[in-house]
Amino acid sequence: MYKTIKQLSDGLKNKEFSSEELTSDYLNRCESHNANLNCFIHLLPEQALKQAKAADHKIRQRTAGPLTGIPLVHKDILCTKGVKTTCGSKMLDNFIAPYDATVVARLGDAGMVTLGKTNMDEFAMGSSNETSFYGPAKNPWDMERVTGGSSGGSAAAVSAGLAPVATGTDTGGSIRQPSCLCGITGLKPTYGRVSRYGMIAYASSLEQCGPMTRTAEDSAIILNAMAGFDAHDPTSAQKKTDDYTLNLNDSIQGLTIGLPKQYFNSELNAGIAEVIQNAINDLKKLGATVKEVELPNIDMAVPAYYVIASAECSSNLSRYDGVHFGYRCTAPQNLNDLYMRSRSEGFGKEVKRRIIIGTYVLSSGYYDAYYLKAQKLRRLIRDDFSRALATVDVILGPTVSQPAFRLNELVDSPIKMYMSDIYTVPANLAGLPAISIPAGFIDKLPIGMQITGNYFAESKLLNIAHQFQQVTDWHNTLPPKFL
Amino acid sequence: MCTLDKSDINKIARLAQISIEETTMASYLDDISNILDLIKAMDSVDTEIIEPLTHPLEIKARLRTDRVSDTEQSKLPQNIAPAADHDLYIVPQIIK
Repeated sequence: MYKTIKQLSDGLKNKEFSSEELTSDYLNRCESHNANLNCFIHLLPEQALKQAKAADHKIRQRTAGPLTGIPLVHKDILCTKGVKTTCGSKMLDNFIAPYDATVVARLGDAGMVTLGKTNMDEFAMGSSNETSFYGPAKNPWDMERVTGGSSGGSAAAVSAGLAPVATGTDTGGSIRQPSCLCGITGLKPTYGRVSRYGMIAYASSLEQCGPMTRTAEDSAIILNAMAGFDAHDPTSAQKKTDDYTLNLNDSIQGLTIGLPKQYFNSELNAGIAEVIQNAINDLKKLGATVKEVELPNIDMAVPAYYVIASAECSSNLSRYDGVHFGYRCTAPQNLNDLYMRSRSEGFGKEVKRRIIIGTYVLSSGYYDAYYLKAQKLRRLIRDDFSRALATVDVILGPTVSQPAFRLNELVDSPIKMYMSDIYTVPANLAGLPAISIPAGFIDKLPIGMQITGNYFAESKLLNIAHQFQQVTDWHNTLPPKFL
Repeated sequence: MCTLDKSDINKIARLAQISIEETTMASYLDDISNILDLIKAMDSVDTEIIEPLTHPLEIKARLRTDRVSDTEQSKLPQNIAPAADHDLYIVPQIIK
């Protein structure tokens, strides 16, 4: 069950198996393991088999594309028409999406088969999948540890071989961090590269949907189907897309990699530093050179992120009012009671915490000191990256500050949880593409490294990642209990 | 430490149309004060002459022509509303 998209596609084309057989196998695997991993909020066996049959028809008609008949799972933040889309929240436990998100529609049009919707931190707010109304997802490498978040279910599903591909979304690291902790490849595209239409909003100026796969090559194939302008999304970039598979095999001889001085200091976990140094050595053997770069304002990234993200969340989540859709409290006494109790009962603690912070930083008398200040720091951070990327091709660093922590270890420490995003939030603030790829192990737990590129440089990131994956085997190392 | 008190939290929560239970208030107060302390680190950088950045690529959101495009869409959302009837969303009486 650990075949790549290309292997699966070839297998379907050569009639080694049908999409219906493949889908049934994956569904059986999902059903067997979900009790332990809790990576699905719901499985969609009937719909999946129907889609698989349609895919088999196309394959027989020789009208199939590279993704026809390949199963995938969607993070439950993406609207899927006629199917529950919960965003990991009691607020949307009863919400049946009336339309498909653009990403869902595009991957469906490419012939992919949706196995189910994956678990996630509530409204994408979290770094451990522990804020989900449906309980935490478990890390396939050690089921007493977190998957990371917020795309924790997607990461666990791909890691455990329950699906070859997952979609995730990334507002402050929610694709890259769980990918790192679960030992898979996860890409956050440039802001605007992938449509946000139908992606339930948390922080609209920060988030992007992206692929979570075992290999960089698979991510490139999926990105080809996902990316591109969408008229339904007013923030969708009109810049032409690449064929993200075209340059995968280019040599990286002469590539210059920037290593931020602020990342590689005495505070970096020694184990992670060793893993990353070994990875840098592998990249040097492929012809890359490294140089130090500076990101002088990077310490401001976490505070600025939590102001901006909370502010945008307080605005985006104001639509959940118990009136139009989602959870409504029982027997409201008046309209105010309806709003108050529907929202108080429907949202979990972390979501309420961020709404309160967001409301505060936007409120009269505090807007300039907090929200405006954060937006100015955002410009400084963006400019730091622009200056650095003018002197190097890409920037390399850690994805996380520690391997997967234990379940419940940080639930009562929101600050420690927020600080675990220290290496990932800068790319969201700057809108830059960034990928996390498996790079080694610490105490039998996977660790990845992060590569950040310039705007719309997804092809370069995938090329570097693919070349690294040709000379290393970290991405092919599988969780022992799921072989 | 940035000090908020219970009445501050309740005031902000009211603005956000959320209520915080008394049993959890201490926990919220503690967490939010700690978060505000984290955020206060922003003051260490002078941004007097810096322009705010609201969109990472500094492009304006596109607008479309203001015209009615699909009259059938209004039915779809009402199918999933907690209470709807005759094209109306039903809520407790507002004006007695």
